[in-house]
Amino acid sequence: MTTLDLTPAPKAAPFPRMVLAQAGAEARAILRNGEQLMLTLIIPVLLLVGFSLAPLVDVGEGPRVDFLAPGVLALAVMSTAFTGQAIATGFERRYGVLKRLGATPLSRTGLLLAKTLAVIGVELLQAVVIVAVALALDWQPRGSMAAAVLLVLLGTAAFSGLGLLMAGVLRAEATLAAANLVYLVLLGCGGVIFPLTVFPDGVEPALALLPISALTGGLRAVLADGAALPLGAVAVLVAWAALTLGLASRTFRWE
Amino acid sequence: MSSPAVEVIELVKRYGGTTAVDGLTLAAERGAVTAILGPNGAGKTSTIEICEGFRRADGGTVRVLGADPGDSSLRARVGVMPQAGGVPPAMRCAEWLRLMSRFHARPLDPAALLARLGLTEHARTPYRRMSGGQQQRLSLAGAVIGRPELVFLDEPTAGLDPQARRACWELVTDLRAAGVAVVLTTHYMDEAERLADHVVIIDRGRVVAEGSPATLTGAERQLRFRARPGLALEELLSALPAGSAAKESPAGHYIIEGHVGPELLATVTAWCASEGVTADDLSIERRTLEDVFLELTGRELR
Repeated sequence: MTTLDLTPAPKAAPFPRMVLAQAGAEARAILRNGEQLMLTLIIPVLLLVGFSLAPLVDVGEGPRVDFLAPGVLALAVMSTAFTGQAIATGFERRYGVLKRLGATPLSRTGLLLAKTLAVIGVELLQAVVIVAVALALDWQPRGSMAAAVLLVLLGTAAFSGLGLLMAGVLRAEATLAAANLVYLVLLGCGGVIFPLTVFPDGVEPALALLPISALTGGLRAVLADGAALPLGAVAVLVAWAALTLGLASRTFRWE
Repeated sequence: MSSPAVEVIELVKRYGGTTAVDGLTLAAERGAVTAILGPNGAGKTSTIEICEGFRRADGGTVRVLGADPGDSSLRARVGVMPQAGGVPPAMRCAEWLRLMSRFHARPLDPAALLARLGLTEHARTPYRRMSGGQQQRLSLAGAVIGRPELVFLDEPTAGLDPQARRACWELVTDLRAAGVAVVLTTHYMDEAERLADHVVIIDRGRVVAEGSPATLTGAERQLRFRARPGLALEELLSALPAGSAAKESPAGHYIIEGHVGPELLATVTAWCASEGVTADDLSIERRTLEDVFLELTGRELR
């Protein structure tokens, strides 16, 4: 029999080490999950390649890939920060994982930080693949890299807030259904594949206030048109992030 | 360091209109095993979860290692094994335990702990494919990996096979020897009798009895025998020393309680002879914790 020294020697690990350990576990869980990979990589890449090559929708002037690449990047952010995170967190709550983590030295702040790091890590991976595919399709991005990164981070905050809001209140199965539904609706109505101008004049301004429209519109303005930081999109994303993260922190149930 | 590891005074917990814990008071000492026994719905898990900081009390005082149960500094000092779950289904056995170990500055070696609990060959098995008993053992490992001062084990051996149960008992015994305070709930009387220094029997949210297993089962022993049903026990009782008790339960099975010695034995057998009755299977036994438990909490199913 192995001898273990069970003498009490309790001490929490340093905060960064706890957060990194949890972030690594979260990222591995995302990448290991087949359905999530479908959502985070396969669908965005298929949409990018399919709609770049086939003239199915009217995207206006210029090469199709210049219009599509920013939209698909925004879609990738939404799929990881919102859909994937909502579903995973909903089931973690259901399986008592969040409750169990609450009994470890990792604080709730630490857990949220770890989740955010994992999401950003997976987004980086998605961005590398999508940018590589888009460049292969002769994409010519313009504009400021810093502005694009800022938009992606704000989008991540807004979508994470929305996902956690949903996962913290609804049952896990309801979160699964609702997160997929919202994903589809936002994919259709958020200017990802075709521009908002295809919608009637009365609806278009309302759709422009969706977080996905702000992110696609903002990224497109920077990467396709070389615009400076689009303040309208930034304002919409900041508002969504403040609203959803604020509500989630008040309503989230850990078990 | 003289204060108890866990001190619960007049604890009250309500869920809507039902009172789950109703003025419960108990203490668990450092370096000792305290077992909380009680029928389903007695308030065991509510009490433990309040001590773990998962639920809030509606009344009373709870101190854990001298602190409020919600105190975040306790998270490193207290190990917790919930009744079920807590591990992501897709996560591998060793992967989860390693993750738990990284939350602590001086953890046990995860591989050695897995070996100790017989989980080495399942190290790469995802949690959802482990058997119930393997999941239980992993959960126990998670409670002790950070070398805590106090562990809460909620039904640690429920559903374990005899070998795994024994491995769990040995770990609890070693924890106690190392100075760790162990608080566990259980339905198994033999487990409490064997492991616990202190047993607390609770029912309907209150403590109905507590003490060491020996105190609870009493110095008193029982004389049991079988004979034809319907003997006139009142007559026998008048011949026995004051303070003795006699009952027939079930029909044809007689139990005499009191100061069971040679004198009492002689009186009972003489009385049987005078009645023309042969006493079969006559035996002198110590009361078990199960006898005490059923006496206190009743025999009806809940």
